Amino acid sequence: MIRTDAVTKRFGPVLAVDGVDLDVREGDRYGLLGPNGSGKTTLVRLLLGLVFATSGRIEVLDRPVPRRVKEVLPEVGALVEGPAGYPHLSGRTNLALFDAAGPGGSRRTRRQRVHEALERVGLGGIDARPLRAYSLGMRQRLGLAAALLRTPRLLILDEPTNGLDPRGMREIRDLLAELNAAGTTVFLSSHLLFEVEQFCSRIGIVDRGRLVLQNEMAELRAPTGRVLVSSPDAGRAAALLDGRVERRDGDRLFVRHTDSAALNALLVEEGLRVAEIGPERRSLEQVVLDVTTTSSDRHD
Amino acid sequence: MIRVELLKLVRRPRTWVAVGLLCMLPVVVAIFVSTSHLAPPPGKGPAFLSAVLNDGSLYPAAGMAMVMPLFLPIAVTVLAGDSIAGEASGGTLRYLLIRPVGRTRLLVAKLITVIVFVLLAIGAVVGTSYLAGSMLLGNAPPAAVGEPGGVTSLSGAPLTPAELALRVLATVGFVTVSMIGLAAIALFFSTLTDSSLGAALGALSVMITSDVLVTLDAAKVVQPYLPTRYWLAWVDFYRDPVFWRDIERGLLLQGVYLVVLLGASWANFMTKDIKS
Repeated sequence: MIRTDAVTKRFGPVLAVDGVDLDVREGDRYGLLGPNGSGKTTLVRLLLGLVFATSGRIEVLDRPVPRRVKEVLPEVGALVEGPAGYPHLSGRTNLALFDAAGPGGSRRTRRQRVHEALERVGLGGIDARPLRAYSLGMRQRLGLAAALLRTPRLLILDEPTNGLDPRGMREIRDLLAELNAAGTTVFLSSHLLFEVEQFCSRIGIVDRGRLVLQNEMAELRAPTGRVLVSSPDAGRAAALLDGRVERRDGDRLFVRHTDSAALNALLVEEGLRVAEIGPERRSLEQVVLDVTTTSSDRHD
Repeated sequence: MIRVELLKLVRRPRTWVAVGLLCMLPVVVAIFVSTSHLAPPPGKGPAFLSAVLNDGSLYPAAGMAMVMPLFLPIAVTVLAGDSIAGEASGGTLRYLLIRPVGRTRLLVAKLITVIVFVLLAIGAVVGTSYLAGSMLLGNAPPAAVGEPGGVTSLSGAPLTPAELALRVLATVGFVTVSMIGLAAIALFFSTLTDSSLGAALGALSVMITSDVLVTLDAAKVVQPYLPTRYWLAWVDFYRDPVFWRDIERGLLLQGVYLVVLLGASWANFMTKDIKS
């Protein structure tokens, strides 16, 4: 769906995007993770033909961008760096104008399309108040509605849950999952680990303009080969499993073992109490910390 | 896209405020002149005003002469300067472009919108001036237009109402073309910056510089090429016979400005990184 080949963008002396090779496949829930200022938004703009690459190649929906971006964009819904609209008009009018500006889309069914898009994002009941009276969360939902207007094959969303409360985030995540299940490829960028961890099946991590990691979430979070045991009898358990305990942290033991069920049985057989047991997985935070260098907003 | 832009134009309160303010000026002047019966002596004050005391039917021309040098151009530069830069600073430019709206198409739609605004504004000014003139000022037959002398240097031959209407129409056309030249300058600045105020100020500074140079004898060499040089040439429509030389040059000059600056705007906008 999206493929870039050593794409680089330089703004004057600043290298915003540096040799990035993105690979997003059909049906993916791709999460582009990186701190603010790491080049995520520039990358999104490059994909949409808003910003032109200094070098490298970009392909979206199997067509080169920006050369054939006109054929690509009608099938893409996008949210770039926050929603926007005309502040003196209502949400409905904004969507209708936005819909009318683009090619295709019959005028007869416009009202219906706008209504459906608003329903999808939970704004079905909005009144005629102007956009300037909207909360950030409502604007964010309206931006999403605009992205969904033409039932796109690919959604490119930059920080889609920005400004939403936890319940709103959950709703949007469920909506995106539903769309994804129906065949829409979702590419989202975020600086929120939690959001990406909850939703994405595949992630890329950007650090200072470079794509430092790109992999399946399942692979990144595969068991590490250790079992994490939490027991009030940690001391005795450590003695029993001597040699296989790699680290002890109070009541918690990190045991080199591949089968937590078997380990549990062994401990219980010896009369040891087990409060918690399970295979250890790397957290996404750990993955990010491992591949990124320093915080991008630090200037030492 | 053009339809959308026009909808945005008419649904924007600012448009109507601008048109209202433009119309108010001639009306206010008409009220003062009619109550005091003191028209400025020939050669002073706005063109045509000395002639309208007896005859209100020339008042639309006088109204144009009032709004033309400053008021109307300011309204046009604000609108044209806002056209791309305003969308950029509001964040809507990126959403229009990914809808997708082609960059060329957007630029053309913006220019057409400005032209429609100019026609709307001039039409409203001419209309209200006509009403104000016929209601508040003298209603002598249009023959009185032929008074010799005065700032307008009208040539003396009487004009029939039909001839007068035709000339007012020609005026509207000429002023519109002049404003399009200015709009092209503002549009060009609008593609350079994300600040609509900056773009409007840029175009205004061009206009004011040109205004100053037009009156400066030392700048004689460049005067025929200044954008505002022939702006008031429409006054020549009210001579008999019409004095075409400056009118033709004015139209040609504005055409050149339009083509060159629209081309520059296009070249700049097509290759511009949209970072807003």
